Amino acid sequence: MIEVGLTHFLVISAALFSFGIYGVVTRKNAVMVLMGVELILNAANINFVAFARYGNFGLNGQIMALFIIILAAAEAAIALAIVLNIYKTFAHVNIDEIDNLKE
Amino acid sequence: MDLNSLYTSFNYIAPEITIAVALIMIVIFDLIFDKNKKIIPYIAYLGIFSALFFVAANFNLTGTNYKVSSLNESMGMISTDTFGSFFKILILVSSALIIFFSKTSEEIKKTFERAGEYYALIFGMILGMMFMVTASDLILIYLSVELLSLSSYVLAGFTKLRDRNAEASLKYLIYGAVASGLMLFGISLVYGMVGSTNLAALNNYLQLPLANVLTFTAAAVLIFAGIGYKISAAPFHFWTPDVYEGAPISITAYLSVASKAAGFALLIRLIRIGFVRFIDGDGNWHISGIFDWQSFIIIISILTMTLGNFSALWQNNLKRMLAYSSIAHAGYILLGVAVLSNHGLMAVMVYFFIYMIMNIGAFFVVMLIADKTGSEDIDDYNGMGYRTPLLGVALTVFLISLTGLPPTGGFIAKLYLFIALVDANLIFVAVIALLNSVVSLYYYVRVLKHMYLTRSDKDDLLFEISLSNKFFVTGLAALILLLGIYFTPLLDLVKNVSFFTL
Repeated sequence: MIEVGLTHFLVISAALFSFGIYGVVTRKNAVMVLMGVELILNAANINFVAFARYGNFGLNGQIMALFIIILAAAEAAIALAIVLNIYKTFAHVNIDEIDNLKE
Repeated sequence: MDLNSLYTSFNYIAPEITIAVALIMIVIFDLIFDKNKKIIPYIAYLGIFSALFFVAANFNLTGTNYKVSSLNESMGMISTDTFGSFFKILILVSSALIIFFSKTSEEIKKTFERAGEYYALIFGMILGMMFMVTASDLILIYLSVELLSLSSYVLAGFTKLRDRNAEASLKYLIYGAVASGLMLFGISLVYGMVGSTNLAALNNYLQLPLANVLTFTAAAVLIFAGIGYKISAAPFHFWTPDVYEGAPISITAYLSVASKAAGFALLIRLIRIGFVRFIDGDGNWHISGIFDWQSFIIIISILTMTLGNFSALWQNNLKRMLAYSSIAHAGYILLGVAVLSNHGLMAVMVYFFIYMIMNIGAFFVVMLIADKTGSEDIDDYNGMGYRTPLLGVALTVFLISLTGLPPTGGFIAKLYLFIALVDANLIFVAVIALLNSVVSLYYYVRVLKHMYLTRSDKDDLLFEISLSNKFFVTGLAALILLLGIYFTPLLDLVKNVSFFTL
C-alpha cells in the first residue's frame, strides 16, 4: 500500500489546472469556458488545503479555501447573468461568433 | 484582541468603512426613494468626500494592522502608509470626477431608473481598489482584486443599449476570470513554499536561498498575470480595446485610470514588501536574486508600449484609439516600476497624477462629442475644432499632453520617468520609450488634423454644451497646462509621501 502524501494532491491539482486551461482555450461555448475557470480555481483550492495539511502551516490554507469557494460562487452568479444577457442579445453563447468589436 | 484594540484598529481602515457604509446607503436610498433617483449621485459624492476626509485625517498614520501571526508584529493584513494614502486619494479624486462624468453622460442618463445599481457597483469598485492599495497579504490581495473585478464586469455591460455592451462585459469576464484563476494558482504555490500568505513572511523566506527557482519563477509569473491583466500589460492586454470600446464611456475612463492605478500600487507594494532585500543609500532597491523583476518588467513594458502604440496607428474609433494609448501608457509607467528605486517610484506617482487628469479629460471631451453626434468615429471629428472651439482646444491640450510635449503636464511626467531611467543606467530602454513617444505623436496629431484641417459640410452646425461641462473641461485643461509650468508642489508632495510600512 502506498501512503497518500502531498505529492499525490499536487499531481491532481496540476492535472486539474491543466484541464482547466485546456477547457478555457478550446471550448467555444461560454458556459464551458466558465467551467474551465472553475477547474482552475479548484486546483488552487486543493493546493491550499494540501499544503496546509502536510506543511503544518496552521489553518491559513483552509481559510483561504473557504474564501475561494465563496468567491467562486459569486463569480459564477455574475458570470451566468452576463452569459444570459449575451444569450438574450445574440441568441447563442458561442464566443467565437461574438466578435463585433474587431477593427 | 480586546475590544479597545479593535476600536483603534478601525482607524486604519476608516476610509474603507466609509465607502462600505456609503454603498449600503445607496442601496437603501435606492429602495426608499423609488421614484426620485436624483438624490443618489449626491449620496455618492458625500461618501467619497467623507472617505477623502478620513484619508487626509489619517494621512500620517502608519503601521501594519489586522495581524495574521501572533509571533511577528509586522505581519498584518493591511499596511497603512503614505504611499497607500496617496493612491487612495488618487482613486477617490478620480471617482469623484467619474461621478460628475456619469451624471453628464447621455448613456447613463438613459438608464437612470437603474442609477442605484450603477452607483452601488461603482462603490464596490472603489472598495476593491482601496483595499488593493493597502493589502499586504496575498489573501486580501486576491479578495480585493476579485471585488474590483466582479463589480467592473457588470458595469462594462451596464447600459445594455447596444450589442457591444453585452459583448464587452463577456470579454472582460472571460479574460478576467482566467487571469484571476492564474493568479490564485500562483498564490497557492507561494503559500506552499513560504507557509504563509503574508508579504513580510515572503520577504523573510526569500532572505535565505531556500526556494526552488523553477517553482518560484512559475508562481511569480502567474501572480503577475493577475496584476498584468488589471494594468493591461502586454501578453494580458487583449481585452482592453474591446472592453474600452464596448463599455459605457464613463466606465471606460474609470477603468483606464482608477483600476489601473490600483493595479500599479498593488504591483509596487508586492515587489517592495515581498521582494526587496535592502535599500542602499541612493535609494536603489536590491531584489532577492531568485526572480529577476527588473529584466522581466522591462521586457513586458517594451512589449506593452510598442504593441499599444503601433496598434493605435490604424484605429478609426477614437475610444478604441484611446484604449491602445492607455496600453502604451501602462508600458511607460511599468518602466518606472522597473527602475526599482525610490526615484522610479516617485516618477510613477507623478506620472499617475498627471495621467489621471489628462485621460479623464480626453475621455470627457470624447463623451460630450459622442453625445451630440452619436459616434466616436474619427471621420465625424472633421471640422470639430470650428464647430465647438472650446472642446476642440481642450482635446488638443489633452492629446498633446498624452503625447508628452511641453508645455503640458504630460511632458513633466515623461521627463521624470526618463530621468529616473537614465539615472539607473537604463539608457537603451529610455531610447526605446522615446522612439515610442514619437510614434504616438502620429496618431494623436491625426485627431487634431481631422478637427482643424479637414473641412466637413456640417461646419456651421455649432453645438452647445452646458455651463458646468464647460467649467469641468476648462478646469482640467487649465490644470494640465499649469502642471506643465508649475510642477514643484506636485514633486514636493510625491517626495514626501513615497514611504512604506514594512
